Amino acid sequence: MDLNTLSIKQAADGLKKGKFTSVDLTEACLKRIKLRNEEINAFITVREEEALEEAKKADEILQAGEGNVLTGLPFSVKDAICTKGVRSTGSAKILDNYVPPFDATVIKKIREVGGVLIGKTNCDAFGHGASNENSMYGPVRNPHDLLKVAGGSSGGAAASVADDMCIYAIAEDTGGSIRQPASFCGVVGLRPSYGRNSRYGIMPMASSLDTVGPITKTVEDAALVMELIAGRDPLDATTVADKFPAYAKELKKDISGLKIGVPREYFEIGTDAEVNEITRKQIDKLSKMGCVIKEVSLPHTKYAIAAYYIIVPSEDSSNLGRLDGVRYGVRAKADSLYDLYAKSREQGFPEEVKRRILIGTYALSAGYYDAYYKKAQQVRTLIKQDFDEIFKEVDVLITPTSPYPAFGLGEKAQDTLALYLADIMVSPAAVAGMPAISVPGGNTAKGLPVGVQIIGPRLGESLVLRVANLINK
Amino acid sequence: MIKNCPATAGSRSRREKFKIVNFLFMSISVEEVKKIARLARIELTPEEEKRHAETISAVLDYMKILNEVGTTGVEPTFQVTGLQDVTRIDEAKDSQIVEELIAQMPKVKERELEVPGVFE
Repeated sequence: MDLNTLSIKQAADGLKKGKFTSVDLTEACLKRIKLRNEEINAFITVREEEALEEAKKADEILQAGEGNVLTGLPFSVKDAICTKGVRSTGSAKILDNYVPPFDATVIKKIREVGGVLIGKTNCDAFGHGASNENSMYGPVRNPHDLLKVAGGSSGGAAASVADDMCIYAIAEDTGGSIRQPASFCGVVGLRPSYGRNSRYGIMPMASSLDTVGPITKTVEDAALVMELIAGRDPLDATTVADKFPAYAKELKKDISGLKIGVPREYFEIGTDAEVNEITRKQIDKLSKMGCVIKEVSLPHTKYAIAAYYIIVPSEDSSNLGRLDGVRYGVRAKADSLYDLYAKSREQGFPEEVKRRILIGTYALSAGYYDAYYKKAQQVRTLIKQDFDEIFKEVDVLITPTSPYPAFGLGEKAQDTLALYLADIMVSPAAVAGMPAISVPGGNTAKGLPVGVQIIGPRLGESLVLRVANLINK
Repeated sequence: MIKNCPATAGSRSRREKFKIVNFLFMSISVEEVKKIARLARIELTPEEEKRHAETISAVLDYMKILNEVGTTGVEPTFQVTGLQDVTRIDEAKDSQIVEELIAQMPKVKERELEVPGVFE
């Protein structure tokens, strides 16, 4: 039995029963990484000795009868999330040598119970992309077809789980960055409600949209991770105080009569025929299981991308101002202060990051703020209201995650707008702050995974996980 | 709130529509890119300036779709949690990571961060 292919539930059970140790699990994952990472490029940093050290400590915790379901399990973390003592580049050269002196809160929670941090995964630099081709450390290839992209921005995280290089991953979703690569790689990816999990230590992109969540092999695994990482954090003033349920237990709750909305706008967009078919099959399956299916409408769906690509670059341009080569990271050779900034940022950022900083700076500049940023935030209100209204009629929504399965490497790389439009199904939920999950729905005839998205009301992760679990079975 | 505001662009006055449309139809020139790059402190190559002018113009052109949406009287949503004024007591705490911070500094002299003069 290849231990690296286990899910969280299976690995935790095995550890508890003493069938194998955390060191065994970690060695199996490291072996897989050695075999596959050169081709797939999912990891920027791999920790061999350090991970085995952590695994030994985890085994001690387990032997003492302590720990919880995540103790001793090797997991990967997106490189745009800070990990104490472990190089975190954000996939950009400006942080090529950066070693954070602190853990992100959600990472701290996992490492404190003995999670084994096996490595940092490749991503589009600072979350900027939908294909993982905007990394300054090379693109990530899709484990199902090495000529295709893994998706983005958390391509490395999704690939690391899909290829069993680790048991699960922690990644970040601003406008689809967990869900879309999860769809392309055939794994589960959950974007929680904005404010559900702490953003402290997540390299910030858009402060009003960023979320951190799990990428896992099963829906149950995602629920188990959420139980540990969710919750209010005094270090993140945007986290909500609302209590959250035992997500894994709630998966077993009765689903008969659950109302599932099918928003027509998501099926009018010119989606790939196979994607449509796979999604429709899942809708039928849910109907047969006792759910009530209802056609609904979210009229402002088509404006979400435009609103998103004004709001995000604006907040992003402000957040990335901290990367200036002054206090940490890579500093360019320069004699004047202006040159220090301008050269460090020129050399340290890939093109797409520079583009979004420019768009954001423009949108926020005097004379344009009202026409762009304010207007986008007003449209955001309307998008959110669409969701709030619809969730009075139905419990959750079901849509495809992406208009198409994984596309070829280089196919869209030169077409900025085409890559933005890749997020057309994942950005509305992000703009409105709703939780959403991508769960594998089936494969295309050529064997490419297709993800199905479930969107829920704010703080409705339990419902979202429950419905996704039905699809996952 | 949404039920009280005119929901379609067609109900706006012709002059108002022209003013907004005029704004968002602008494509961006290389000169504008140079100006913004200066504000953003990024030293672009001439080739990059040209490429960004093209790609950003295409993106901004797409944005005119927002002209279709009537937003008169709609409050902007800056963040969705509804939280306001989340405070904590203003007290200093020892971070205990001074050595790690100094280790990250690109240029250090006697445990102080060295930078080119600000007022050169």
